[in-house]
Amino acid sequence: MTYAAGVDVGSTQTKAVIIDENGAIVGRSLLPTGANVVQAAEHAYRVALEAGGIPEVQVGFVVGTGYGRYRVEFGDTQITEIVCHARGSAEMFPNTATVLDMGGQDTKAIRIRPGGDVIDFCMNDKCAAGTGRFLQSAAAALELDLADLGPTALEGRRPVKISTTCTVFAESEVLSWLARGKKIQDILLGVHRSIASRSIALLKRVGIEDEITFTGGVTRNPAMVEVLSDMLGRHLNVSEESHYMGALGAALFAMERIQHDLMTPEDERQVRA
Amino acid sequence: MTYTAGIDVGSTYTKAAVVSDTDGLLATGIRQTGFKLTEAAEATLDMALARAELTRDDLAYIATTGYGRNQIAFRDVQATDLTAQAWGTRFFFPETMTVLDVGGQTMKAMRLDERGKVRSFRLNDKCAAGTGAFLEKTARYLGYSIQEIGPLVEYAKDPVPISGVCAVFAESEVINHVSNGAQPADIMHGAMESLIERSVRLMKRVQMEPEFTLVGGIMRFPTMVRVMREHLGDAVNVPPEPLVQFTGAIGSAVLARRRLEKVRAAAVG
Repeated sequence: MTYAAGVDVGSTQTKAVIIDENGAIVGRSLLPTGANVVQAAEHAYRVALEAGGIPEVQVGFVVGTGYGRYRVEFGDTQITEIVCHARGSAEMFPNTATVLDMGGQDTKAIRIRPGGDVIDFCMNDKCAAGTGRFLQSAAAALELDLADLGPTALEGRRPVKISTTCTVFAESEVLSWLARGKKIQDILLGVHRSIASRSIALLKRVGIEDEITFTGGVTRNPAMVEVLSDMLGRHLNVSEESHYMGALGAALFAMERIQHDLMTPEDERQVRA
Repeated sequence: MTYTAGIDVGSTYTKAAVVSDTDGLLATGIRQTGFKLTEAAEATLDMALARAELTRDDLAYIATTGYGRNQIAFRDVQATDLTAQAWGTRFFFPETMTVLDVGGQTMKAMRLDERGKVRSFRLNDKCAAGTGAFLEKTARYLGYSIQEIGPLVEYAKDPVPISGVCAVFAESEVINHVSNGAQPADIMHGAMESLIERSVRLMKRVQMEPEFTLVGGIMRFPTMVRVMREHLGDAVNVPPEPLVQFTGAIGSAVLARRRLEKVRAAAVG
């Protein structure tokens, strides 16, 4: 059996996925990226191998992706996370036409063709507003665990209007709403709506087409899923794999490479014919 | 002798200044604003009056400015922050044509006309990368406190370029530089350079002209002023250290005196 791996080194978290020849995930890992990017990539890969009980020699090809993809020193090649999220989304949800990837420091809207080819994309490259980082700031200001944000926001009934754009200033705005006696639930619902509206603006720039697949770390947040689909008036594809979509896409590309290399000239002629 | 007072009721601090029509600035007072704005205004005014050996009866006119300016019932007139700041900078540097004010959460650029009136104005309060918060964040990522920024940056030898598009993105940039062996002082200096580039861009948008007067908390860092001079030439003024935070209060006191003169002239005419 030959396996393929994808390692997605994000600004906040590093994800690794090992797949078998059928594209099924056999091992995965999720670790904070931290200051040592090279080490984070290496570590995430090892943990994923262990989780699947896969000996490293059986991995035929490794693709690095994410902002730290060139720091995946054991990687055989690098592919941008935009292409990888597109590929992963098309695999999990074959009718995907639009991908929204929300990560720790950036958000990307991607339009794709069936099969995962990228038509167009746009991202927030100048400003952290509308990214997972905004949620982190809010969590820090309210002294809440990141995992509790979504469930708490879902209890909100009257969302406050967050006027700040900048993630840095959002922290003081959250505290000032608290000082004015607003409920944490309503403040958090407002925070989620504010991030969602920035992502929707990004989506509109590439054009919104059904189906929409939501990927990246923020997919773990149930309130963001609900607020986004509520404000868009559309269903969002989300699965267990959404958080790993970039790594999965990278692993799928890696497997493609292996299968291509394994093909004899005779096989290729047959495929072409 | 005519005495007037200006009170700048800011969101964090309230500042008061007393001026005379001949001797200029007589005294100032400052304290935290807190929740009771009138109390803060009265306390700082009394502080300044005591230092000038005057009483409230000696005051002919009182002007207020700052975010709480309209809540102070005993005022005779109020002025916007911009107008007060314009008069305040002209008080120190009569040739001022362009004012740059960099605070913790805002950056303002203002162009004055020959008479000291505000001709054009640009404000950034939307993005932390263009404010003092950018330096605070950078210092924090490096493990330094705000108080250490000034002394630290003096040790810079070979500034590292920091792109300065976003105070949040700066974190990964700073971490990268640190892991590549850059010195904290050089990184901090790079952050200052990028903030200065942003402020020069804002000043260009108000069609800056010398002389330039720089105000706001950021200007307490000598490096900041030095690099500003590298960009803008020698016609860069900074009000003397203890008084820099009083430009709004002093400006409104000067404005109070002017207003009083007009009121009197109208009464006579």
